Amino acid sequence: MDFAAILSNAIGELISPTTAAYALAALGLAVHFGYSGLLNFGQAGFMAVGAYGFAVSTLTFNAPFFVALLIAVVAAALFALILGIPTLRLRADYLAIVTIAAAEIVRYLVTTNGWTAVTGSANGLAAFEGGFFEMNPFPPGSYPLGMNNRDFFIRIVGWALVIVAGILVWLLMRSPWGRVLKGIREDENAVRSLGKNVYAYKMQALIIGGVLGALAGMIFTLPRGAIQPANYGTELTFFLWTCLLLGGMATVLGPVIGAMMFWVVLSLTQGVLSGLIESGTITWLTTIQAGQLRFILVGVALMLLMIFRPQGVFGNKKELAFA
Amino acid sequence: MMGAVFASVLVILLAVAPASQATSPAPTPSPSATSSPFSISGFLRNAGAPLADVKISATGQGFEGSATSAANGSWSISVPQSGTYEIELDEGTLPEGIKLADGQENPRQLTFGQTSNQTTIFAFGEGIVIQQGNFAQDLTNRLVAGLSFGLLLALASVGLSLIFGTTGLTNFAHGEMVTLGAVLVFVLNAVGAPFWLAIVVALVGGGLVGFAQDTWLWKPLRRRGTALVPMMIVSIGLALAARYVIQFYFGGATEQLPGAQSAEIQLGPISISPNNLWSLIISAIVILIVGLVLMKTRLGKATRAVADNPALAAASGIDVDGVIRIVWVVGGVLASLGGILWAYYRPGVSFNMGSQILLLIFAGVTLGGLGTVFGALVGSVVVGVFTELTTVFGVPADLKYVIPLGVMIIVLLIRPQGILGRRERVG
Repeated sequence: MDFAAILSNAIGELISPTTAAYALAALGLAVHFGYSGLLNFGQAGFMAVGAYGFAVSTLTFNAPFFVALLIAVVAAALFALILGIPTLRLRADYLAIVTIAAAEIVRYLVTTNGWTAVTGSANGLAAFEGGFFEMNPFPPGSYPLGMNNRDFFIRIVGWALVIVAGILVWLLMRSPWGRVLKGIREDENAVRSLGKNVYAYKMQALIIGGVLGALAGMIFTLPRGAIQPANYGTELTFFLWTCLLLGGMATVLGPVIGAMMFWVVLSLTQGVLSGLIESGTITWLTTIQAGQLRFILVGVALMLLMIFRPQGVFGNKKELAFA
Repeated sequence: MMGAVFASVLVILLAVAPASQATSPAPTPSPSATSSPFSISGFLRNAGAPLADVKISATGQGFEGSATSAANGSWSISVPQSGTYEIELDEGTLPEGIKLADGQENPRQLTFGQTSNQTTIFAFGEGIVIQQGNFAQDLTNRLVAGLSFGLLLALASVGLSLIFGTTGLTNFAHGEMVTLGAVLVFVLNAVGAPFWLAIVVALVGGGLVGFAQDTWLWKPLRRRGTALVPMMIVSIGLALAARYVIQFYFGGATEQLPGAQSAEIQLGPISISPNNLWSLIISAIVILIVGLVLMKTRLGKATRAVADNPALAAASGIDVDGVIRIVWVVGGVLASLGGILWAYYRPGVSFNMGSQILLLIFAGVTLGGLGTVFGALVGSVVVGVFTELTTVFGVPADLKYVIPLGVMIIVLLIRPQGILGRRERVG
């Protein structure tokens, strides 16, 4: 078993663009759930709206990069509005069911054969990332950890976005606006009796978290240069929740570190398991089963976390959205 | 995950395949070949007797293939993709003295709808005139199919609703209980157990899983005073873990239960497959029994009391934990039965079959009003009928699950408490 390769793969996951995308989307969830108490189980839908908003406006309407970016962000904000209007007045579990249903509706809509010309149906879309990589200021060559200039550029952009978003969320949450939001999380009726428009605050939080999800969707697809609708199923949302709860839900660093831990642990277990299988130490597993075993562990980890350490690694028990 | 990725790669490969097949002579699949997800099949029978060795060919979408009917009269041609095909029965290969019935189109056009398998029936014998399908007939057929689908959804959602009503838990792991029922029947049948035994064991297994879940997971959590949202997230973790455990042992393939394929029969104006008919009858009877138990027995009264107010129920001498335990067991059995029927309805058993309808179950429960058992029944039937009717009104088949989910969101907008819910339950 090649421990050096396994370790370097795991370290590679630490800063991979996928991890950055998960961190960003989980940060959006932190705004939703950790700070506002909104149960959004449709973050995968926001990511899909962002990714498809960007790719469709680039491919179908030949929009330049920044226009496409803007369209994706606006689309996510609209999606949040549509979701929020019927559900934000209702109990938390209704929002959960509606958001998960809406995310699936998005996935069905981009998969349907009727709109293949626009969405590419089940095959998805490709070759929309040109505008992004044209802006690459880094010359071709070799960069640390065996990256090329494209890999390096997307990582810089992805993590810069995570840092900017993190600082933004941190500033927002210590502002008066953020205090109202936390107040809503603790006791909605108390805040309402102070004359605050709880509905509007929740809607704003839903939009901000959703836009972060849409940006994450773009970071997720740009390095691949392809979108596949199957990637945006409910599992993606549940993995994001695992990242969020792993790190700590009402913190800025929590979701970021949570996403890193999630991917490093996944990479390590995959590396070690397939190493053991190849060397013949484990004979009761196939490589495919090893992949499934990891996701069994994700599910068990999510349960154990929720039961024994609901505040996550970094969280403060007083700041739980559910006391 | 790997299985899903592999499956989607396979689907893409198959979708690309016809271009290459157009130039070379097409392969001739045997009647049982199902390498592609799409197939056209049927039974050839003349006055009840199967017709063997009759050649049938399919042309379309740049594909050409043929099959000969087996000894039991069944034939199947797997085609690379959905679309319209021309089916031709080679009348020269029919046994002596047997002719197609008058008015039987040959060759005929066949267009794939929402399923990956299309059946077409050739009728034989003189003087038999087959009615052409029309809108009204299509509508009644879909209505009945939708009712059958809705009632099997109701089996799962009544259990979910009972659990929600008595414990407040929105159980995301309910879909995996549905899967478990079908998987158990398949596995037991595969190792040679008689079919009835497989069903009984699957139902008992579903009940045991419900019992075990409550005893070792949910009851301790309730004792600790864990709030509802963390419990909901625990159920998501359980759903993920259970889904991949099933995939770990079962694999990513779709398998068939015995007797999953059957020719449609005519019941007056309605044509329905016997499986759907049985499914409809069984789920209607089971739901009727559950309803009677809830309304007429002491246990049912206790359950409704716990759902209404657990503390008050406990104060008036009801064993709340006991009631909840029974609710979990019943929920497990109902989900298991729903899973078996769902495996016949789709048709097929796969590790993610339960999570596929979990949202439709939720939609049924939410439509009817969270926590109301009869609401769950009404809501599920509405969802089932809507799902099936969408294709009659021209909605593309791959969007048929979108409509009920959309309807659910709209109903929440207008009547948040659901069709039968009470206003105070919400907000």
